[in-house]
Formats: sequence, structure tokens, C-alpha cells
Amino acid sequence: TLRMLTVGIEEEEGGDSFDIHISVSDPEKVGEYMMLFSSTHNLSFSVFPFMSLLQTSISLFKRNEFAVKRRFSDFLGLHSKLASKYLHIGYIVPPAPEKSIVGMTKVKVGKEDQSSNEFVEKRRSALERYLMRTVKHPILLKDPDVLQFLESSELPRAVSTQALSSAGLLRMVNKAADAVNKMTIKMNESDAWFEEKQQHFENLDVQLRKLHTSVESLVCHRKELSVNTAQFAKSAAMLGNSEDHTALSRALSQLAEVEEKIDQLHQDQANADFYLFSELLGDYVRLLTAVKGVFDHRMKTWQKWQDSQMLLQKKREAEAKLQFTNKPDKLQQAKDEIKELEGKVQQGERDFEQISKTIRKEVSRFEKERVKDFKTIIIKYLESLVQTQQQLIKYWEAFLPEAKAIS
Amino acid sequence: FKLGLDAAPRFIGFINVDLQTDAMLQVDISDALSERDKVKFTVHTKSTLPNFKQNEFSVVRQHEEFIWLHDSFVENEEYAGYIIPPAPPRPDFDASREKLQKLGEGEGSMTKEEFTKMKQELEAEYLAIFKKTVAMHEVFLCRVAAHPVLRKDLNFHVFLEYNQDLSVRGKNKKEKLEDFFKNVVKSADGVLVAGVKDVDDFFEHEKTFLLEYHNRVKDASAKSDRMIRSHKNAADDINRIASSLYTLGTQDSTDLCKFFLKVSELFEKTRKIEARIAADEDLKLADLLKYYLRESQAAKDLLYRRSRALVDYENANKALDKARAKNRDVLQAETSQQLCCHKFEKISESAKQELIDFKTRRVAAFRKNLVELAELELKHAKGNLQLLQGCLGILKGNT
Repeated sequence: TLRMLTVGIEEEEGGDSFDIHISVSDPEKVGEYMMLFSSTHNLSFSVFPFMSLLQTSISLFKRNEFAVKRRFSDFLGLHSKLASKYLHIGYIVPPAPEKSIVGMTKVKVGKEDQSSNEFVEKRRSALERYLMRTVKHPILLKDPDVLQFLESSELPRAVSTQALSSAGLLRMVNKAADAVNKMTIKMNESDAWFEEKQQHFENLDVQLRKLHTSVESLVCHRKELSVNTAQFAKSAAMLGNSEDHTALSRALSQLAEVEEKIDQLHQDQANADFYLFSELLGDYVRLLTAVKGVFDHRMKTWQKWQDSQMLLQKKREAEAKLQFTNKPDKLQQAKDEIKELEGKVQQGERDFEQISKTIRKEVSRFEKERVKDFKTIIIKYLESLVQTQQQLIKYWEAFLPEAKAIS
Repeated sequence: FKLGLDAAPRFIGFINVDLQTDAMLQVDISDALSERDKVKFTVHTKSTLPNFKQNEFSVVRQHEEFIWLHDSFVENEEYAGYIIPPAPPRPDFDASREKLQKLGEGEGSMTKEEFTKMKQELEAEYLAIFKKTVAMHEVFLCRVAAHPVLRKDLNFHVFLEYNQDLSVRGKNKKEKLEDFFKNVVKSADGVLVAGVKDVDDFFEHEKTFLLEYHNRVKDASAKSDRMIRSHKNAADDINRIASSLYTLGTQDSTDLCKFFLKVSELFEKTRKIEARIAADEDLKLADLLKYYLRESQAAKDLLYRRSRALVDYENANKALDKARAKNRDVLQAETSQQLCCHKFEKISESAKQELIDFKTRRVAAFRKNLVELAELELKHAKGNLQLLQGCLGILKGNT
């Protein structure tokens, strides 16, 4: 079965506007791949990007609508490339979904049961959200690796996908953080904006994690409720069967039917709890890791600049001393080194200013997206709750006359 | 921690359907007090029966005294042919009390709002359990008062009127062990006797029906309890989600702060409704099933007593034949046989009526509770829907 979830976005950037709809549809297990690749590569996803141009000044894609097959490792490979190109200069690169050994093993073994289906759907949905976030980013969308990912029928197999799953990203960020901690000179934060923002994201992270935990608990209990309701329904049906008063027996059977329908309702609601609310929170917890990363990279950039400056200072002092000695060769060498270092210092300053500028822009974009995402998805989630209540009303309204008919 | 009862609840499962009154006898529990480790019930009686000194009077009774009364019915041979109203379960506040204690100990580690909120919830839980136990004890008394024969019982009148402590101590270990063995013998007996096919179609049908029904009610009761507990757990999660959203709302600097606060407010309200749904399902469904689990057991006990009497009767017949054959102790055997016959016929006659009444009561109780359950589910779903739609309207209007 082919399930498609289209999420439309509209992006306005400097006058150019375009629609991009991307959907990652139901994966098929490609038999031949199972033999060739023994690791976690046997699910392939069909990516359906299509684009309608409103302004022909940008033609990013060669066609309007097309589909390509991608494996999970391809997604990880894409993220790895993007992270290595853009993270260290201040761009918030959306993290890729996690690998999961347990889930994948079940699928590999060919188990066609509910839990492996759920795992596949979870992954499909996560990949779709990942891609959407990536292409919504005006810079990343134009990246040749992204375009190739979306367009090329054949993709060179990603060699090292260890590089950057979400866990890998976290390791990278921690390394940067360690570097920051080892800095001997504390950065003099001339710009309060950065300190404020970092604190803000710190607090947000704590609260989102807490909320995420509660929502995960709700998903779990809602699933339990569904199972227990189904069991009760069966039990009520049995009770109805053994009841020897005809009208009451019938009413109990009807009750059993109502509860059976309600258990399905709870199951559907649990899915909405998860795919809308829980995954939103999970995505943002992971995104905040990337945000933390760019702030740390800025510190690193500053440190590099400072290091060059200190080195330049030392070299200048050394050169001054050489002036009084009779070593023209060494003096010239020193002068050359100083010239090089001056260039480095200038570059360091430029880099630092650039990354600061980029981060400001990125954070502003990130916050706008965050507000939009939360509003859109939470409204969708509330609508799912509305639907559930409407169904409940229908079911109980149908049952009430049956109960009253007992005489 | 003392809790008084403000209004006596009316029990869910009991309908006074078939009352042959020659004189009025009305019993209720007008008040109850929960103290450290016991509950004191105020049993209030209104009666025109001549054997009471006054027309209206009250006494204070504890759970053990109810059990004493119940057991005295069970042990009375005269009542072998009746369904003895099941004893009320022991008031069990242990879990709730433990939670309240833990809360008190952890007061320092949470904010004032959280503490107050949790305390209110636990108090509500305690009150709900308390109301239930009062209802259970009340229905037991009402059933006795409604029974044409049991209502005349002397012990019952003493229970209602004697305004001193009945000095009924709880059973000691030896007595409890004796009870245990008595029950083992009874059920082994029951199994044996249940296997014999009854000549009387009515009783044969009742036996088959009750054996299966009792097991099914037991299963349904257990499953409904599990379902309701999951519902409560989900409501608790929504409570935590509401709190988290509130914190996020107060911290956020963007547009989202108002958004989060509104949604937090919504979830605060909906989770109260979800908790109410769980409580109502507990009252109308779980309690109903639990009660009929106990009543069907009491009905089964009646059938076993009748089967026992039948076995005794058949044995007495055999003994009489033997005595006649040997021409020894014939008179003794004849008397014995007549007694057994009389006993068996008496039990059979009243048992038949009891079982018919049981069915009538059961149907009426299920009807009442299923209707009320459906009405409450509807009411709550509509309440939820209104809250959700209201909130959505505001949120969509602002975005």
C-alpha cells in the first residue's frame, strides 16, 4: 500500500517564491538490496518532490514532478554532508532521524506484524519531516547535494553513515563544547544578545524535554487504555451471552460493541498523540542540539581568532628583538610570518563577524519556524481530540436507547 | 485526618423492587466518620414495627458489626433457603492514606501550587473511596430491611437499636482458620454436588446459568477495573502536560506564550473531565459488576445449600430403606427422613422465589446503571467537545 503524506510549504526569500511539496511514501522492501547490502539498508523510500514554479528566474529542478528511491542510509549521508559544510559557519542544519537497531532487525527478518509496521511508519514520518525541514531552509535547498538527493535517479552509495545521525551530531557538539571549556581566556561577550539567546534555548530545552516525557507517557497509557478497553469489550460480550434475560443480554452485547469501537478510537487517538504532539517535541529537542552546536562553533571561531592574534603579538615581539641582532634572513622570515599572521587575524575577525551575523539570521528564522510549527501542529492535534469526542458522542447516543429498552 | 459525610449517597446497584410490607422499616446511613484506622457509620432507622421502642433512632456501628450480622444470617439454618445479602467489603483506605502521607513528607520538594493541587486530588480520591464504602454498607442494610423474613431477624433489630457497642471482636487466628476450612469443604462439596443433574428443570437451569454467569461477571469486573485505571493514568498525564505547557507559556518570549497558556488552561479543564469519566465508570460499571459478583456468589451458596439438603434427604431415604429391611430403628429413620424432606422442600420453595427476585433485581440494576453510564459518558464527551472547540476557535482566530 502506498501512503502519501503531503506537507506543503511556502517560502518567501528575497522576492523569489516557490512551492515545494515533498512526500516520503510507504517504503517497499527491495529484495535485491537485501542480498547486496547486509547492514541496515534494506528499506527504500520513495521520495516524491514536485515543484511548481511561480517565478522562472529560479529553475532548481529539471522537472516538475518526479519520484526517486532512497534508502535510510542515503538520508543519513545527506545530513552528514550538509552538517560538515554548514554547521561550523553557523547554519542550523536539521538533524537526521535516529538509527534503531532493534526496529530494523525486526523488519529485516521479514516480520510483518504490527510492531514492525509501526516502526516503519515511524521512520517514514520522521524522514519526511526531516526532508521538509531541510528544504524549507533557503540556503540548504540550493545546495547541490540536496538537489542531487531529490533529483538523481541513482545516488552514489553513502560510504560512511556513521558520521552524523542525531547521536553522531551530539558527539560532535560535545566535542565543540569540550573545546570551549578548555579555552583559557573566557570570551568577553560584548553582545548580550548571544548570552540571552543561549540561556533562552537552555531553558527551552529543559521544558521541552519535560513536556516530551509527559506526552510519551500519555501515548503509552492511551495505548494501554485501548488494549484494556478491547479486553473489556470481549468480556462484556461473554457476559451478555451468559445473561439469561433476553433484553439485558442484548444490551450487554451492544455495550460490548460500543466498547470495541471505542478501543479503536483510543488507538487512533494514541497515534495522533504520538505522530503530532510527541514527535513535534522530539524533533525540537533534537533541533535544539543543533542550535547549541552553532553557538559553540561561534565560540570556537572566536577562539581561533584570539589564538591568531596572540600568535601575531608574539611574532611582533620576536621581530622587534631581531631588529637589534644582525640576522637579516631571520628578520625577513619574521616579517613574512607577520604578514601571513596579519592576514589570518583579519580572516579570523571576518569569520567571527560572519558567523555571528549568520547565527542571528538563523535564530530569527528558527524562532519564526518554531512558532509556526507549534501553532500549526498543536491546532491539528486539538482537532484530532475534537474528532474523538464527536465519535464518542455518536457511539453513546446510539447505545442509550438500547440501554433504555431493557425491561 | 477526619472526613465527615455531608450527604448520604444512594447506592447504585440496589433497587427496592419487591417489597411486601406489613409495616414500615426504613434504614439508611445518615452520617459517617473516618478516623485513623476505622470508619464509624451512623445507622438511622425509621420504623412502625411494634418491637422497637421508638419510631426513629440512630446507633453508631463499625464494619466488624456488619460482618457479625451477615455471618449470623449465614450460620442460621432457618435462612438456608434465602440468598443472604452479601457482606460489604472492608473499608480500605490504606493505599490512599499512604499516598497522603508520602505527599506530606515530600512537601518541601515541590512548589506550593503543585503541593496544593496534589493534596486536593488525593483528598478527592479519599472522599470517593469513603463515599463508596458508606454506600456498600448501606445497601447491605437496605437489602436486609427489604427482605420479608430477614427484616424480622432479632440480631438485625439488635444491630439497629442497641445503642451500645455490640462487643463483636474480629475473629482471632484460630477462628479464621476454621472458617477457611469450612469454606474449603463447602466448595469441594459444591463441586461434587454441582455435578449431579437436578430433576427440577428450574434449578438445573439456574445452576448452569449461575456457574457460568458468576465466572463471567468476575472476568468483566477485573477487566473493567483495568480499563478504568488506564483512563485515570491518562488523565494524570494530561495534568502533567498542562503544568508543563503553563511553564513554557510563562517562559516563552514569542507569540507562543499566550498560545501555550491557553492550551494549558484547556488541558487543565479537560483532564478534570477525564478524571470524572473514570470515576463515573467506576461507580456505574465497575461497582455494579463487583456487586453482582458478590450477589451471584450468594445465589450460588443458596444452590449449594439446597443441593446439600437434597443429598441429606436422599441419604435419609436410603437409611430408611435399610432400617426397614433390617427392621431396626425404623421410627428413628422415619423421623430423620421426614425432617430432611421437610427441610429440602422448604429450601426449594423459598429458593425458587429468591432466584426469581434475584433476576428481577439484577435486570433493574443493570438497566439503571447502564442508562446512567451512557448519559454520563455523553455529558462528559459533550463537555469536552465544547471546551476543545471553544479553545480552537480562539487559537485559530489569533493565528
